[in-house]
Amino acid sequence: MCLAVPAKIISLEDSVAEVDLNGTTYKASIMLTPEAKVGDYVLLHTGYAIQVIDEKDALETLEIFKQMEML
Amino acid sequence: MNFIEEFRNSQSGRTLLEYINKRSTKPARFMEFCGGHTVAIFRYGIRQLLPPHIEMLSGPGCPVCVTSTADLDKVIALSRLTEVIICSFGDLLRVPSSRQSLLEVRAEGADVRIVYSTMDALEIARQNPAKKVIFVGIGFETTAPTIAASVIQARNQGLDNYYVMSLHKITPPVMRAILDAGETRLSGIICPGHVSSITGSNAWEFIPKDYHLACAVSGFESLDILYCVKSLVDQVEDKTPRLDVSYSRAVKPEGNLAALKIMDEVFDICPANWRGIGILPESGLCLKPEFAAFDAEKNFEIKLSEPSRETPGCLCGEIIKGTRTPLECKLFSKVCTPENPVGPCMVSSEGTCAAYYHYGGKLG
Repeated sequence: MCLAVPAKIISLEDSVAEVDLNGTTYKASIMLTPEAKVGDYVLLHTGYAIQVIDEKDALETLEIFKQMEML
Repeated sequence: MNFIEEFRNSQSGRTLLEYINKRSTKPARFMEFCGGHTVAIFRYGIRQLLPPHIEMLSGPGCPVCVTSTADLDKVIALSRLTEVIICSFGDLLRVPSSRQSLLEVRAEGADVRIVYSTMDALEIARQNPAKKVIFVGIGFETTAPTIAASVIQARNQGLDNYYVMSLHKITPPVMRAILDAGETRLSGIICPGHVSSITGSNAWEFIPKDYHLACAVSGFESLDILYCVKSLVDQVEDKTPRLDVSYSRAVKPEGNLAALKIMDEVFDICPANWRGIGILPESGLCLKPEFAAFDAEKNFEIKLSEPSRETPGCLCGEIIKGTRTPLECKLFSKVCTPENPVGPCMVSSEGTCAAYYHYGGKLG
């Protein structure tokens, strides 16, 4: 039930965003993530963006995986 | 980058598994708190890929599963009232209460609707001004802010026919209750990812600090989980329990402050009734007095004709705590199946019994 999926904000009007989820467009509220902006990936849960996904942190995690492969 | 495929890379997966298999020498038992993790672990076949001395155990992280029969009976009583529309997320409809499920009450004529979001429930309230729309709020910290947001929207829009039956629960107290009971000897915990997106990873600091157990917050892709298991193995082997986060792209130490603020504005912390565990103090969320106008419990008389009763033989209450597995339940896959569920752990898509059934756990 805590399922949340990454979706990309493609437009924004007040607190309602249009998000792209694998090619399908949904409406999502950004009441819980007021800092979200167009182009951001957010975690979408029951029609609300509950967190903005941090690309820098994602890249850092992937870098750890790469480094492990080189060991 | 779409934040999904990158975290399913098979070469990285092999590297992590090789590391885990080399590094792990001590028998270890890890509990994944979250039902979403249980399903992901089964779906990716992770149990079979780990060394045999590492045991994975499912925890209480399925909101539908931990909802008590007594609370479900109240929801059924509400659904029988006239001029009422019950809205809920889908899983809840098929969960048997003492006598019936919401789906069965609907078949008898009650107006029970599945919604994807509280925004849909608000729209139903707007379109049906002569009816009273009750949203059955079930879920942990991930979902509770979205329900709080709906109450604020209802207030701001002057909707006077929208109510919430809040059965929300918060997760750290039940984790403590399970660890305090000491019935499951655990070496480490995989902490819930999306709950932690809201609460922040700091919410789990008590696990290494008070219980000296390994812990790590995980995402839901295969690499997230393997990286989390690697961290737990490191902590167990080095005897250095700490709080690790393998899902930092979505989980900050302090969580989502805007969501926490909205939750705090609408909800008070109150006792909650957990299946298999009973009433735990400070483990639930109820509407604050200033939002009483939206509180279903305060605005409707909930009459229960008979006391609640549990289904004989159903081990859901034990499975939630990790003290039994579905394979030990006599009803599992014989009487109790996804098509004809006896207990909530078989109904919910993230229930432990459903995960065992769908992904071959029934074979042992």
